[in-house]
Amino acid sequence: MKSPFDNLDKVLEHRARLQIISVLIANESFDFNSIKELLAITDGSLATHMKALEREKYITVIKTFIDRKPNTKYKVTERGRGAFKRHLDAMEELIKQQKK
Amino acid sequence: MNQNRTYQNDLESIRKLMERSSKFISLSGLAGILAGIYALLGACFVYYLVHYPVSPFEYRIYSIQKPWIIAQLISVAFLVLTLSILTGVWLSFKKAKRNGKAFWDSTSKRILINLLIPLASGGVFILILLWNGHFGIAAPACLIFYGLALLNASPNLFEEVRYLGYSEIALGLISAALPGYGLLFWSFGFGVLHIIYGSVMYKRYDQ
Repeated sequence: MKSPFDNLDKVLEHRARLQIISVLIANESFDFNSIKELLAITDGSLATHMKALEREKYITVIKTFIDRKPNTKYKVTERGRGAFKRHLDAMEELIKQQKK
Repeated sequence: MNQNRTYQNDLESIRKLMERSSKFISLSGLAGILAGIYALLGACFVYYLVHYPVSPFEYRIYSIQKPWIIAQLISVAFLVLTLSILTGVWLSFKKAKRNGKAFWDSTSKRILINLLIPLASGGVFILILLWNGHFGIAAPACLIFYGLALLNASPNLFEEVRYLGYSEIALGLISAALPGYGLLFWSFGFGVLHIIYGSVMYKRYDQ
């Protein structure tokens, strides 16, 4: 039988990434600095996580300019939404199992 | 077991983040209470201006037709609206600052847009009603459009706002069926309901 552990998403197992995806699911889009403030993590580490999520095509990047200043916004993709849901289901399953 | 704790912590943390990132938590309950008081003061003024000495609880079969009284009514409504907005912005700004939160961010922007669309359409619609002499249903229309605006903005606000929206819409519809009680319903919707919901929010989130 397949263990619920196998259903956990390898990319989202990292807590910060799971948090980033959850913010993007709750909001239509979110910019880099706001995510940084919300999660209270450093520029460098957020950039690394964003790259990882982007590589998996879980999020898309929208680069715009506001008053000639670059503004990077992120959106969750359908693929990312699906992965988030599956990961949460797996977590829920694990909690249930261990409570027995 | 340890693993289990981690998953539960993760779930808890993302639930909080999702709420914190999409909700404007700086909305001040006190501002709601004050808005209610302004509305009641405005309604008292209008009562003495228009209906006194007829009891405020008496059903009216006449409607106001004098243009200068209508102009005064509109001015009072605008004054109440402006004062309420200013108080709301000021107190929420202070609350945001106290909690170290940004007042003007993508969430508050979205709330403003979501509020303004029904409010502006309602405002124009009511002016057209008044222009055409339909004075009786202007007050119910205020309540209904205000309720719709609250409902529209409620996903980014405390849940009480959604219930306030439902209450205003229901009250507006009842009031539309009983136009003679317009002022009474208006005072209840903008005055009493604001004070009630404002107090609930003040107790739950301001302290």
